[in-house]
Amino acid sequence: MSLFEEYHPLTGKMFQILKADGTLVSGQKPPISDQEIFALYKKMLFIRLADQRALMLQRQGRFGTYAPIWGQEACQVGSAYALQKGDWVVPAFREIGATLMMGISLKSFYLYWMGNEMGSRAPEGMNVMPVSVPVGTQTLHAVGVAWAAKLRGEKVVALVFFGDGATSKGDFHEAMNFAGVFKTPTVFFCQNNQFAISVPRSLQTASKTIAQKAIAYGCDGIQVDGNDLFAVYLATKEAVEKARSGGGPTLIEGVTYRFGPHTTADDPTKYRTEAEIEPWKPLDPFVRLRFYLGEKGMWDEEIENRLTAEAQKEIDQAVKDAEAVPSPQVEEIFQYVFAEMPHPLKEQLEYLKSTL
Amino acid sequence: MREITYREALREGLREEMKRDETVFLLGEDIAEFGGTYKVTQGLLEEFGPARVRNTPISEAAIVGAALGAALLGMRPVAEIMYIDFSTIAIDQIANQIAKVRYMFGGKARASLVIRTQGGAGRSSAAQHAQSLEAWYSHIPGLKVVMPSTPYDVKGLIKSSIRDDNPILFIEHKLLYNEKGPVPEEEYLIPIGKADIKREGKDVTIVATSRMVLRALKAAQALTEDGVEAEVVDPRTLVPLDEETILQSIKKTGRLLIVHEASKRCGFGAEIAALASEKAFYDLDAPIKRVAAANTPVPFAPKMESFVIPDERAIIKGVRELLG
Repeated sequence: MSLFEEYHPLTGKMFQILKADGTLVSGQKPPISDQEIFALYKKMLFIRLADQRALMLQRQGRFGTYAPIWGQEACQVGSAYALQKGDWVVPAFREIGATLMMGISLKSFYLYWMGNEMGSRAPEGMNVMPVSVPVGTQTLHAVGVAWAAKLRGEKVVALVFFGDGATSKGDFHEAMNFAGVFKTPTVFFCQNNQFAISVPRSLQTASKTIAQKAIAYGCDGIQVDGNDLFAVYLATKEAVEKARSGGGPTLIEGVTYRFGPHTTADDPTKYRTEAEIEPWKPLDPFVRLRFYLGEKGMWDEEIENRLTAEAQKEIDQAVKDAEAVPSPQVEEIFQYVFAEMPHPLKEQLEYLKSTL
Repeated sequence: MREITYREALREGLREEMKRDETVFLLGEDIAEFGGTYKVTQGLLEEFGPARVRNTPISEAAIVGAALGAALLGMRPVAEIMYIDFSTIAIDQIANQIAKVRYMFGGKARASLVIRTQGGAGRSSAAQHAQSLEAWYSHIPGLKVVMPSTPYDVKGLIKSSIRDDNPILFIEHKLLYNEKGPVPEEEYLIPIGKADIKREGKDVTIVATSRMVLRALKAAQALTEDGVEAEVVDPRTLVPLDEETILQSIKKTGRLLIVHEASKRCGFGAEIAALASEKAFYDLDAPIKRVAAANTPVPFAPKMESFVIPDERAIIKGVRELLG
């Protein structure tokens, strides 16, 4: 029986390998080696620290409005790890984890959020789309990317990220439908972090799970413990392999929790209580990995401190490098509107320069 | 007279209309406990309950579409679209359904609903959060477009909009919410389709909308040092447009400068310029001039953003060029 049959949404089962206490679910084994697990833990830690730094930079006025990942690291690291070179990541706006996993530098990532659109310009071979602010609209782009790849005979998969809120959008449903009909190699990854700004998951949909929405579109769907790196990785890997071999799209619902604000522009204490957050704290994706690696003698406080110090050093450098990039020139505002600058735009630019 | 903010005045207008008429209700994203992204609806959930202050899923098309359905059954919904940039997701509902339903029902349907939204730049919100799309909607027959610039106007106009039997796009500005101004305690209404002369003058007419009214007034003040007396006209509603007030002002001054925050090309200024050339050509002593944003996306970085949005200097420069 395939993973998607075993965990069909109507069975009501959530796929999990590593329990919150760091032990394995009976009958399950880690899908990757201990060395890989340690490397991914290190990556998750780097992402969490880089994310915290981003928040600080925003508070200091050195960053634009920012949407932190805090709590969702396993969803993004585990799923992006299942991709291969040439595959695409289509983010919403909270995807520091998936973006860095694809090889984009932290400097570039920071540069964008510091207000320089050049930071979104992914280097050749790193297929990460720019952030998409209108919720859910990017799901359609991921279908387009995957469809085009299929038409061109390229074995490329598109992994699109969105939240529980996005599943209320028409675009999401249109995207799932289109992907189902055309069997596009798209993996829909819903990070169900329980909130769309202030509105809880229970007000987004009356469906029991988000995963079950796949059924309506003739796609596989699976609900995974989004705070379990192993389960996220394995489910995504199966979905990616199926997509690559012509088996069509999959909807993965990663059940997770947003510990931080929606963005730096809101205050979550206005819509949720501390008591509500408390039960999620032991479910933090880091906690179980520390238990697991600790049992293997691969994690302790000392190792954590060393990894943290190394990461902070790298983050310091990324901030420095991003801030050292010269401010864009006024010409650049006009330069990228069209492939070539039409005459009236040139005129506007010249006039604008005469006023500065 | 007491002074309150644009946000408070707007909330007061909503509250008074909700008290007066129980068919009035609010729907939108994050408008309940959270009080709206710009806090306009704060406290209204507590006062009127969840049936009349309805949080919805993130579905712009559904918010606007559901509001239309409710209006057709006799309700007066006020739908909030968080950013005018996101109204584009609901544009089929707005342009094809709401604006046309009365006509296509042979005059039988009453689409009495208000779509409240906000636009404009100035908070470094980047290109998908800072647009001024009023001209798009002004182009659609069947829709009224209201764009108030002061606390006094926003209150009087939201009340009139809710009472109006036509669909209304009510465009606020993200940087006006904290602006203070005099607002009387007692009830008043402002008719839709009536411009306001915000400052009298004899040398040049400046027609400005939304936040640009404030900048035009500052520029006009600075121009007095040159001995120039500018008249500042705020149309307040773009559809229907109070042509007469604008034409009378041009007749008086002989010069017309139009200021708006939307991109210049096909902006609402083009409509006012066309109006002046069609109906006030012989009153003009100089060519009509527009000061507007560049035809580019709104940049993310604050400094870059400030380059493309007209400021007082740009308005002053425009007036000086007009006066020769």
